Amino acid sequence: MLSIRNIVKQYAGHRALSDVSLEVKSGDIFGLLGPNGAGKTSLIRIINQITAPDSGEVFFNGEKLNQSHINRIGYLPEERGLYKKMEIGEQMIYLARLKGLSRVEAEKRLKVWFAKLDMESWWKKKIEELSKGMQQKAQFVATVLHEPDLIILDEPFSGFDPVNAEIIKNEILELNRKGATILFSTHRMESVEELCDSIALINKSHKILDGEVKSIRNSYRNATYLVEYNGTQLNFDGTQPFDVIEEKAGSDNDHTIRIKLNDPNTSNDVLQYLIPKTRINMLQEVIPSMNEIFIEQVNLIR
Amino acid sequence: MNKVLLIIQREYVTRVRKKSFIVMTLLVPALFAAMYAVISIIANDKDQTKHTVSVIDNSGIFKGKFQDEKFVKYTYPDKSLLNVKADLKSDDDLVLNIPAKITDTAVLYARKKTTLALADNVQRQMNDIASGISLVKAGIDTARLHRIKSNIIIKSSEITATGEKSTSIGATYALSFAGAILIYMSLFIYGAQVMRGVIEEKTSRIIEVIVSSVKPFQLMMGKIVGVGLVGLTQFVLWIGLSAAISYFVGHNSSTQSPVYVFVHNLGSDAGYEIGCFIFYWIAGFLFYSALFAAVGSAVDSETETQQFMFPITLPLLFTYILSVSYLFQAPDSPLAVWLSIIPLSAPVAMMVRIPFHVPGWQLGLSMVLMVIGFIFTTYVAARIYRVGILMYGKKTSFKELAKWFFYKE
Repeated sequence: MLSIRNIVKQYAGHRALSDVSLEVKSGDIFGLLGPNGAGKTSLIRIINQITAPDSGEVFFNGEKLNQSHINRIGYLPEERGLYKKMEIGEQMIYLARLKGLSRVEAEKRLKVWFAKLDMESWWKKKIEELSKGMQQKAQFVATVLHEPDLIILDEPFSGFDPVNAEIIKNEILELNRKGATILFSTHRMESVEELCDSIALINKSHKILDGEVKSIRNSYRNATYLVEYNGTQLNFDGTQPFDVIEEKAGSDNDHTIRIKLNDPNTSNDVLQYLIPKTRINMLQEVIPSMNEIFIEQVNLIR
Repeated sequence: MNKVLLIIQREYVTRVRKKSFIVMTLLVPALFAAMYAVISIIANDKDQTKHTVSVIDNSGIFKGKFQDEKFVKYTYPDKSLLNVKADLKSDDDLVLNIPAKITDTAVLYARKKTTLALADNVQRQMNDIASGISLVKAGIDTARLHRIKSNIIIKSSEITATGEKSTSIGATYALSFAGAILIYMSLFIYGAQVMRGVIEEKTSRIIEVIVSSVKPFQLMMGKIVGVGLVGLTQFVLWIGLSAAISYFVGHNSSTQSPVYVFVHNLGSDAGYEIGCFIFYWIAGFLFYSALFAAVGSAVDSETETQQFMFPITLPLLFTYILSVSYLFQAPDSPLAVWLSIIPLSAPVAMMVRIPFHVPGWQLGLSMVLMVIGFIFTTYVAARIYRVGILMYGKKTSFKELAKWFFYKE
């Protein structure tokens, strides 16, 4: 769908992107992660052809990115806004027509969206009369009205209350099911694990990590397990097949320990060791969350 | 539909629908009508009542010698001053008592205060009669004197290729003045509208959505052309409404409509003058509004525009002040010629000179430079604009603007 190859973007004084390459597969939900100022927005602007890279190329469905692709991309910028004095219906139609839709078609689709998101009564309202959340909703509709193949969302959930964030999230998922590829940037890690098929992590203008969420998390497995047992507190004398990282006592003789296996032991060895000594409630592998990987990676570079 | 056309359409429609546009469009002709009414009241406010002056001539030399005029009649009743005064019927009738010795003061009696014009008339006639008599007494033939006395009235005439043509100096000045002021004002009004539009898009952050659909240059040009069309619409409506008002008002009063007088004075040059006005309006607007757009792109709010506005408005202001104080008195001076050729000042300065006839090569050169000028400013402005619109929350300096200009895409 989208192939970004060796992009370099230099601004006076600082480098926004150095040699960044990415592949976004068709039908994926792709998360672009990174701390503020990492270069995410610069990259998004390049994909939207708002700015051009100093070197490197972007391919859209195998074609070199050009003006004809503009109508097939929908973009929701992080800094959101609409014409304050313009009526919302008219404004949505204008924005859709700029993306190549006819007036009639834009009006037809808009009515469907307005009905779907309970916005029908807003048609004649001016943007300045709407609350911030309502404006965001309207802007989301403007982004997807021309049914783009690629939807780029820069921090899509910022500014939404939890209810509307949920509505928007479901709309994004539905659009994805219907075949749209989604590229979104965020630093809300829980939404990454929930939504994304693949991610790329950008820090200080460099791509430091990319791939499918599952395989990334798996590659960060470090043989850490969480064990909960019930009984008297166990004393570990060093003969156990693991190191104890953390011990926590709960209520009613419940105890939780966090352990790291010693090579080449497996979880079965842990169970064999523990079962004679106590009653096990739970044993679970701790796979690092995207959040932990993110923080670890960013700190590594710093 | 072409995207630039869409942008032009939006810019045009949203502005024309605004209340402020409608109010301005109606208010100006209304003011014009009010001004016209005041002028025609003043013009019609001459003393048009008929006066009869009864002359009591104690000296015996004035009798029968006063000349009746349109609104003043002279009679010579054979009654005493007291009787005549008592006989005064109308408020508009007067009694002139001339003493026996003409060096004594004559007195004009009336029930109302006499107007200055009337007293002046009487006094002038008396002086003429008295000096005529003195001349005769001195042996000078008055008929011969009249022949000798010159009667000078200046009428200005302009030599043209087709012969001489009478011109009204006043109308020419008025035309030159009006052209300069109109261009000056509209460059500011509509230039500022372009700037405000750019700032609005930037502060509301819609700019990023728009430039993901169109090129910044398309957006800038769409805005400039849209606002320009709004300006032209307003001018056409103003002229049309004003003409209609003065036609109807002019129809119902004895004085000629000022529009008629104006057009009459434009004479055969009307097309040329209006054509030049439109050219300089459009070229000047394109020249300056591109700069205004660049300024708008470089700031976050209108209050920050000051430092960038200054170098743009300075040449205009300078030309305007020179125009109204000096240029139109010396439209062919070297200063006027240069100012009307340099694109920065040409729209205003050339309008000052147009009614006084500009040599063809100067007009041609000015127009060519004007076109080159606006292509140049549009190019420069577009390069600053495309970077500026995406820069938020940064105080911009001139150095920064220069840097933006040299940025690659």
